[in-house]
Amino acid sequence: MKSINDTLNKIRQNGKKAFVAYITAGDPNLNKTVELVETISEAGADIIELGVPFSDPLADGPTNQKASERALKQGCHLGGVLESVSKIRQKGIETPIVLFSYMNPLFRFGFGELSRRCREVGVNGLLPVDLTPESFLEEERHFKNALEKERIEPIFLMAPTTKTSRWKLIEKETKGFIYYVSRTGTTGVSDKLSEGLLGKLKEVRKVVKKPLIVGFGLSKSEQVKTLAPYCDGIVVGSAIVREIETAKNFKEAKKNTHSLVTKLKESLI
Amino acid sequence: MNPNSRGFYGQYGGSYIPETLSAPIEEIKEAFEKFKNEESFQADLSYWQKEYIGRATPLTYAERLTHFLGGPKIYLKREDLTHTGAHKINNTLGQILIAKRMGKKRIIAETGAGQHGVAVATVCALFGLSCTIYMGEDDTKRQRLNVYRMKLLGASVRPVTLGSRTLKDAINEAMRDWVTNIKNSYYLLGSALGPHPYPQMVTEFQSIIGREVKEQILKKEGRLPDQLIACVGGGSNAIGLFHPFLEDKDVSLIGVEAGGFGIKEKRHSARFEGGSVGIFQGTKTVILQDQFGQIEETESISAGLDYAGIGPLHCYLKEMGRAKYTYATDEEAMNAFSILSKMEGIIPALESSHAIAYIIKEAAHLSKDKIIVCNLSGRGDKDVETAILYSSKEEVNN
Ligand SMILES: Cc1ncc(COP(=O)(O)O)c(C=O)c1O
Repeated sequence: MKSINDTLNKIRQNGKKAFVAYITAGDPNLNKTVELVETISEAGADIIELGVPFSDPLADGPTNQKASERALKQGCHLGGVLESVSKIRQKGIETPIVLFSYMNPLFRFGFGELSRRCREVGVNGLLPVDLTPESFLEEERHFKNALEKERIEPIFLMAPTTKTSRWKLIEKETKGFIYYVSRTGTTGVSDKLSEGLLGKLKEVRKVVKKPLIVGFGLSKSEQVKTLAPYCDGIVVGSAIVREIETAKNFKEAKKNTHSLVTKLKESLI
Repeated sequence: MNPNSRGFYGQYGGSYIPETLSAPIEEIKEAFEKFKNEESFQADLSYWQKEYIGRATPLTYAERLTHFLGGPKIYLKREDLTHTGAHKINNTLGQILIAKRMGKKRIIAETGAGQHGVAVATVCALFGLSCTIYMGEDDTKRQRLNVYRMKLLGASVRPVTLGSRTLKDAINEAMRDWVTNIKNSYYLLGSALGPHPYPQMVTEFQSIIGREVKEQILKKEGRLPDQLIACVGGGSNAIGLFHPFLEDKDVSLIGVEAGGFGIKEKRHSARFEGGSVGIFQGTKTVILQDQFGQIEETESISAGLDYAGIGPLHCYLKEMGRAKYTYATDEEAMNAFSILSKMEGIIPALESSHAIAYIIKEAAHLSKDKIIVCNLSGRGDKDVETAILYSSKEEVNN
C-alpha cells in the first residue's frame, strides 16, 4: 500500500498532476464498490475517495445525496465500508484510499476504534466534512490523537470563502493534501469554473506548500485542462457517481466510469 | 448563561460545519456580538417588539382550568397573542434586524410547522427583503394553511422531497442554499439549534418571554412561580421562558418533548428518551440515531416538535440537573388541545398542547398554594385540520 504523501510527491517530481476519484461506498452495493474501485484504479486514479453514506449529507448536492440514500437502503454503514477496503487491499490494489465522511458516523463508531480499524484494513486518510481544524485541535483533540497514533492522515478542506488568516492553520492540520473546494456550494456537477477561482488558487499557492487538490463540480476536460497548471491535482466526484446512477446495468457503469476517468486523466496531463 | 467562546455549554454545542460556512458563520457571530449591546439596536428591537409584535404579551390566570384540575394556580404566558400567533416572531425580528445591519438582501429559512416560516416571511415583508423558505414536502401537506400564508406574504416556498421530507431535511436544504449563496444571503435559523452562535442568539431573542413573566408574576403574586413548563422541539420557546430564571434555583423548570405515537414503539421525537450524544446539523447535542450514527426518523402529531435533535443548552441543563424533561404522547396532546379550548376559550397550538398535557397529568401532585407558569407558545388555528383528521381516525378505531 502506498502512502498519500509518497504518491503525491512522486507525481510532483514527474511534473504530473494527481487525479482523485470520488464514489459513494455502497452504491449500488459494497461488493460492487470493490469492483468499481478496481476499475477506477485501472483507469488511472491516483487516489480514491470513498464517501461514507449518511442520512443527512448537508454539504452534498442531489447526485451524491441520492447515492447516499441508495447505499443506506442497501444497509451500508461505516463498518461495512471498512471491510470493503480490506477486500480492495486483498485484491492487491495499492491506490491510497481516503474516507470522506460526516462526523456523526465517525463519532458513533468511536475515534480510537475507527483509527485502529483504518490502519488494519488499509485506509490512508480521513476527510471529516463537517469538522473545522479549530474543533479538531480543541474539542475533538482525542480524534486527532487517535489518528496520529495510527498514522491515519486527516484531510481538511479550504474554500474560496476561507479567510487568509486561516490558510496556515489548515495547511498545518491537513496531512495528505489540501482539498480546495472549487466553488461555494454543495458537491455536484456544474459546467463552468467559478469566477475568480484561478486567481484565488494563485494567491493560495504563494502561501501554502502542501499539495493543493481542487474539486467540487468538475466534470469536463476543458475545466480540468484550465485548472491543471494552478494546482497539484483534481477531484472528480459527482460526475462519476452520475455515471453509476444512470448506467443501464453494472457492466455499463464500469465501462462508463472507466472511460470518464481515462478521459479526464488524459486532460490533466 | 452564555456558552464559552467556542459556543459550548459543557460538552454540548460548538460549530461543526463544512469549511465553506466558516466565514459566514464567523461574520454572523461578529455582527451579533457587536449589535446585541448597541443602544440603537436595542432601541430598534424594543420599538418593533412593542409596535409590531404587540409585546408585552399577557400572563393570563387560567382560572377554570385551575379549578377543574384542583391543583396549583396555573398561569399561561400568551405567546399565542403575538403577531403571527407564535413565539417564533421574537427570534425572526431580532435576527432580521441583524441581517439588515449586515447588509443582507435575501433571507433563507427552514420551517417545520410553518410557524417559523410565516414569522420569517412576515418580517421580510416588513423590511422588504427577499425570502425563500424550505419546508419538507410532508409538512407542506399537513400545514397547507401556513404554506399559503407564506406565499401571501411574498415568500417563495420550496418543498423538500429528499430524505424524510420533514424539518431536518428542510434544514439540510436551507444550509445547501446558504453555502451556494453566502454573499447576499442570511440564514435565519428558527430554533435554539445549529452551529454557534445560533443557539445563543435565539436564546437571547426569546428570553424576552421569561423576562416579561418574571415582572408580571411579581406584580400579580408578589413572588416567583414554583414551576415553569414549556414544550421542547428545538427548544426555543422553552429556553426563552427558562433562561431568565436559571439563577432562581427555587423555580423548577420542566421541558415537555413529543412522545408521538409511543416511546416503546420507537415512533416519537423525545430525544431524552432513548437519544444519545452525536453531531448533527452543526452542533454536538443529544439526537435520535441508530447504532451506526444515522439520524432516525421521528414522529409527532405536531410538526413543530417532529425533529431528531435538541438545542445544546437543554442537554446541559438536563446534565446539570437544572431542568427536567418529560414527554406527552399525541393522544395526551390532542386531549389537552380540546380541554384548554373548552375550559379557557383558547385553542392552543399542538406543540403547546404538549405542555398543557403535562399539567393535566401532573397538577394533582402539586398543592393548591403552588404557582405554575406554562408557555402557550402558539395558537392552534393552524392545527384544526390535523385535529379533524385525528378525531376521524379515532372514531374509526373506536
Ligand atoms: C407554536 C410552536 N411552539 C413550539 C414549537 C417548537 O419549537 P421550539 O422548541 O423551538 O420552541 C413550534 C415550532 O414550530 C411552534 O410553532
